[in-house]
Amino acid sequence: MKKFLALVQRDLILVYRSANDAWVVLFFFVIAVTLFPLGIGPDPGVLQQLSGGIIWICALLSAMLSLDGVFQSDFDDGSLDQMILTSYPLELLVLGKCFVHWLTTGFPILLISPVLATMLNMNLDSYSTLLITMLLGTPTISLMGGVGAALVLGSRRSGVLVSLIILPLIIPILIFSVAAINASGEGVEISSAVKLLGALLIISSVFCPWATAATLRHLTN
Amino acid sequence: MHKFANPGQFTKLSTRVLPWTSSFAAVCFLFGLYFGIFDSPADYQQGETVRIMYVHVPAAWMSLLTYSLMAAASASFLIWKHSLADIAARSLAPIGAAFTAITLITGALWGQPMWGTWWVWDARLTSVLVLFFLYLGYMALVNAFDDPEKGSKAAAVLALIGFVNVPIIKFSVDWWNTLHQPASLSRLDAPAIDISMLTPLLFMALAFKLLLISILIIKMRTILIEKRIEAKQLLKSG
Repeated sequence: MKKFLALVQRDLILVYRSANDAWVVLFFFVIAVTLFPLGIGPDPGVLQQLSGGIIWICALLSAMLSLDGVFQSDFDDGSLDQMILTSYPLELLVLGKCFVHWLTTGFPILLISPVLATMLNMNLDSYSTLLITMLLGTPTISLMGGVGAALVLGSRRSGVLVSLIILPLIIPILIFSVAAINASGEGVEISSAVKLLGALLIISSVFCPWATAATLRHLTN
Repeated sequence: MHKFANPGQFTKLSTRVLPWTSSFAAVCFLFGLYFGIFDSPADYQQGETVRIMYVHVPAAWMSLLTYSLMAAASASFLIWKHSLADIAARSLAPIGAAFTAITLITGALWGQPMWGTWWVWDARLTSVLVLFFLYLGYMALVNAFDDPEKGSKAAAVLALIGFVNVPIIKFSVDWWNTLHQPASLSRLDAPAIDISMLTPLLFMALAFKLLLISILIIKMRTILIEKRIEAKQLLKSG
């Protein structure tokens, strides 16, 4: 546990030292959401209907932007090889890295999403659902994205590639989240979609670190 | 099985098999197309457009079968490190993508007169589209590395992860209430399809399978020959 926290602390310091990278992702999210009212017209009714989908799609794209960096710097300077060689389970180190990725991209996006929801005229009843789906969905994206980040390590154009291979796989998160948000706006029961999101989070928190660690071992030996 | 994992053995065996599979594929296509176009009744609901199904349904089966084979080849590559399994998986990806594209296109052509729309976002159509994206992602990943060995490993892992989509496609028509009709052939009781329509369907299915084997053999041999040329050039220059 101590080593796990040490890795999280180290990675957080690294992000803090180059805070610009984290800000860029958040800015991209805000700008991307802003484009929608300009592109489809400022009609409040239409925006209200689309608000959940717009916020979630932009959140997915922003998370994709930052994914290729999860292992890249450690891969470049060789510290990833050291991590693989240590006796500490690589799966837990990977979990720590995904946690830091979520803390620096998913979590800020979650925090700012109610503000953007207001600008998109989201239904008042949907705010809590938006936050719940974000809380359950964005960590899953970081976990699944970790697998993608490990797969593209050392490839050409890894940034685009990771989006190409991970986006099709995280479509269920988008579907269930937006279904829950839209249902809550109409006062319909949302528990089934939220439970499915929770199930995806639990499954991926067990399976993804293992798959990521296996990929890293395969690709770097 | 390991005996045939030797490239030399494979080349010998495939040379003998290829003429048979390709000529049988041609015969089955002739029979299937004849029965499908001339010697089968029009459907009482779908009319003549039912004939599109003789291409659409086998292509859809093949898109799933090819992905399953690709995942199996990827798994055996990761476990036993057989280079032939890697070559098989690499060769299967574009073939599967082509079958999936045929499925989507023929489905759209059938959907326009039948459902009144080229495309709907129901579970079956969407999951097949995702399958198409997975094939494309595999092909992008496998060629994205300067070291081909790395590309093979990364793409093999991706193929295994993407396999979760295969049961979702298969059962999407049962799990969700979709516009796409449920399976009429692979049911526990007798198939819900008349023998006059079953005949062309089965001929076409057999033809598509033989076609897959033929193209797979040709593609795998091409890659093997390419590797040999590369090795010889390296030897020459080195």
